[in-house]
Amino acid sequence: MHKVEIISIFVENKPGKLEKITKILADSQINILGFSITSVKDFGVIKIFVDKTQEAYQLFKEKGFAVAITPAIGIEIVDKPGGLHEVVKFISSKGVNIENALVYVPESRKKAFFIFEVDNFEESLGALKNNGYNLLTKDYIK
Amino acid sequence: MDVSFWNREIETLPEKELKKLQLERLKRVVEVVYNKVPHYRKKFEEAGVKPSDIKTLEDIVKLPFTTKEDLFVDYPYGLLAVPKEEVIRLHTSSGTTGKPKAIFFTKKDIDFGAELIARCLVMSGTTKGDVLQNSMTYGLFTGAFIMHYGAEKVGVMVIPAGPGNTERQIELMKTFGTTCFHMTPSYALYVASVILEKGIDPRKDLKIKRAYLGAEPYSEETRKKIEDMLGIDVYNCYGLSEMGGPGVGFECVYKNGLHIWEDAFLAEIINPQTGEPVKEGEIGELILTSLNREAMPLIRYRTRDLTYFINEPCPCGRIHRRISRILGRSDDMFIVRGVNIFPQQIEAVLMSIKGVAQNYQIVLENYDEMIVKVEIDRDFFDGRVERLLKLREEIIEKLRKTILVRPKVELLEPGTLPVSEGKAKRVIDKRTL
Ligand SMILES: [Zn+2]
Repeated sequence: MHKVEIISIFVENKPGKLEKITKILADSQINILGFSITSVKDFGVIKIFVDKTQEAYQLFKEKGFAVAITPAIGIEIVDKPGGLHEVVKFISSKGVNIENALVYVPESRKKAFFIFEVDNFEESLGALKNNGYNLLTKDYIK
Repeated sequence: MDVSFWNREIETLPEKELKKLQLERLKRVVEVVYNKVPHYRKKFEEAGVKPSDIKTLEDIVKLPFTTKEDLFVDYPYGLLAVPKEEVIRLHTSSGTTGKPKAIFFTKKDIDFGAELIARCLVMSGTTKGDVLQNSMTYGLFTGAFIMHYGAEKVGVMVIPAGPGNTERQIELMKTFGTTCFHMTPSYALYVASVILEKGIDPRKDLKIKRAYLGAEPYSEETRKKIEDMLGIDVYNCYGLSEMGGPGVGFECVYKNGLHIWEDAFLAEIINPQTGEPVKEGEIGELILTSLNREAMPLIRYRTRDLTYFINEPCPCGRIHRRISRILGRSDDMFIVRGVNIFPQQIEAVLMSIKGVAQNYQIVLENYDEMIVKVEIDRDFFDGRVERLLKLREEIIEKLRKTILVRPKVELLEPGTLPVSEGKAKRVIDKRTL
């Protein structure tokens, strides 16, 4: 229940690529909740966190993209100076390695989550659970 | 594995004796063309070489190459090494422009061509009682006729179907219990797909056991595909009109390279740019000297076909050396930083790496920059950038080891390159000097 899913899309670094992807989602009324790009010169991977994961995944697959779904963990960030630092410090104190990350803000200035991929999902989740931090569940996704 | 022979003695002749036979025949053929063919005498004189200079097989490098252009000097009869009355057959091989190459046969040439085919067929298990559907073109092209004679020699029942009319091909297979067929690979793929579309179960409704596919290069994937579709064994075959038609080299039951009949042909593999022999096992252009043809023997004929020698002994026991399947045309070669590179070498490396799709493109830019563009495999992508970077490093490293040039590699989205069907343009040379 603490597992959330991120969609990764392989893209060549060419003008208009991102626009194409956001258009596909917009046309299908899929809401982008969080977003990040990792780019290495000529190609990159776009990571999106959406409200309808399976639907978005099928959509990109049908359009011929190289697309994957990866599990991720979300931890609530308290809205105060050093909020993110505290969360990141906690994660590393548990020996968990952050592979990729993005931020999801369900309620502006009220609630925000730090969402990240890990190399070993189950083990990492086990290490982070029940430590007084609020983990993201599907209930927050709308 | 069942290994059978048509001519066990010659097929398993020890290497030393085979070489001795080759040298005898080489000396004889060089003598013949020097004395009977004015164009060859002229070429030998220009190269400063006489028949008496050929003392060992290695001396063959002293002789000049024969190119396609030589076949049009004193056309059409200029290269005949026998009186014209001895010729009983003309075959032609279409060139890309203008006149066709004219190839002549004596009675003995036809018989010997059939003998080679008999070895080829028996080598892969075909025998008396088999039914061969010969679906190559009967006509000016050599492929169908020589195959036909060779099969008859073995005692096979031949159906001279010729190409085309797929409905009839399938009808013949069903009615007469065809056990093997001879076709081009592209047509075989088509016929196989029609068979399946019609709801025929080839494993139950047909008796086909094997197919001989040649006359155009095809990949191992295509072979496997046809084998799976029909439940048969597919054997690679190689020949060319200039060398007397099909039967220059076929595969044995082990299906790992084609045995070249070395009592009939002296094979070399050269760097098409320099004319020098390639290093052992390297890809290059196949050069053939016909050791046993009467009407029109050719010395060091440049086939333009790319292949490499497989030097390990074959488990079937034949001594005759093997070449790989034909990989392409030597005209495809290009040079980067002084190194000769064939697209086929790059293709072979890419196909061996998990994570890349079938399509690729090579772009050459100024300052001898080489960029290899590959599509990533949809199933390989798992969202991790690190994995893609590792994949790119692996491709670069493996290419560098093979072609000795470190290329740039670009990873592309699936489906962005032109489809690989046959003659897709693989090399784009943007270099200007
Ligand atoms: Zn063999």
